[in-house]
Amino acid sequence: MAKRDGTSLSPELKQAEEPSELLRELVAHLRQNRTQLREEWVVRITETRLLTAMTKEEIFAEATSIYDSYVEALETEAFEALQAYARNLSERIIPRGVETHEVVGIVLLLRDVLARSLFEKYQTDFKKLNRILDAYEPAANRIANTVAVGFVQERERVIRQQQEAIRELSTPVLQVRERLLILPIIGVIDPQRARQLTEQLLRGIRTNRAKVVVIDITGVAAMDVTVANHLVQTVEASRLLGATVIVTGLSPEIAQTLVTIGVDLGKMNTVGDLQGGIEQAERLLGYKVESLAEPR
Amino acid sequence: MEVPILKQGAVLIATFQAALSDADLNQLRMGLVQQVVKFRSRAVIVDVTAMDVMDSFASRTLREIALMIRLRGAETVIVGIQPEVAFAMVQLGLTLEGVATALDLEEGLAYLNEKFKTTN
Repeated sequence: MAKRDGTSLSPELKQAEEPSELLRELVAHLRQNRTQLREEWVVRITETRLLTAMTKEEIFAEATSIYDSYVEALETEAFEALQAYARNLSERIIPRGVETHEVVGIVLLLRDVLARSLFEKYQTDFKKLNRILDAYEPAANRIANTVAVGFVQERERVIRQQQEAIRELSTPVLQVRERLLILPIIGVIDPQRARQLTEQLLRGIRTNRAKVVVIDITGVAAMDVTVANHLVQTVEASRLLGATVIVTGLSPEIAQTLVTIGVDLGKMNTVGDLQGGIEQAERLLGYKVESLAEPR
Repeated sequence: MEVPILKQGAVLIATFQAALSDADLNQLRMGLVQQVVKFRSRAVIVDVTAMDVMDSFASRTLREIALMIRLRGAETVIVGIQPEVAFAMVQLGLTLEGVATALDLEEGLAYLNEKFKTTN
């Protein structure tokens, strides 16, 4: 780093103050002008119409704590605290509809505001300004990066969690009678969901000691060849666990797909609708359902 | 490791251990096929609960055991296939076609009792 302004090696060899020293000076400057710089930053945030989902007071409060953690991160070069704060912030403001570009935007704005104040302060000493910026820029960029990544990670975490929840909810394995499970499938089946569905079913067979399983796919409009094959494999795997599978509610399209891939229909037990499937399952299990009274 | 073959009434029960070599499997096959006639057993239950991996040789041997036992006049039930193993087997195309399967030993015995009742 000293090389850059190093044509004149002479008197100021010592001038190459350590970057950390420069940072300290910088931090002191930012602390001194905290109120004014923060004010300026908030004004610029409102001017650029960022964080419109939040009130002025909220913006001010957040700005204060971001400013302080920002300066602290510059000082200690420890980004964990800032990262944690960014994640916490995201958690609070994502549900209110704050977008990624807004969060990145305000951090970049802060960077610019601070950089300007540095220009102003050191405008008479260009060399020093250069060195200060050398120290400031990488740290500032890293902070912006950390905040953005933290925000995106939090978002992704929420999305993953929701996906997981949707999946869990969307493939319930239900016991309707002793040793009889039904698995109603609704919606689109992608290979990942198909895999999860199989896992849940096989585990369900084991824990409920099921002998017959009715898979109802009335709610599935179509499936591609991969998923259809997967369905067949699920049927076979269930048989290996000693359970008979009855598939009900095949749409014409799915029937077409199954015929096209040439499924051995001797292995697939299919019944038209869920009611018929459950009735057949009851027969297999030896249940007999009788009406107590004559239907009126 | 040799697989013990237990006699329980009219049923022979062989319980797989976790790690079986191909030689063990061959030995088991011969043992079962011989003893099923020697003891005049009506059925054989092979319990594979302990196996968390099933390769193609083991799977093929199981199927061969079942078919040979049928030729010797008895029936075979494979019990205790783990869910993960079951799906892995199916993906490899090892579906044990034509072989009866049950959830566990208890289920296997129940299945056979049911069967004996109807054939008697």
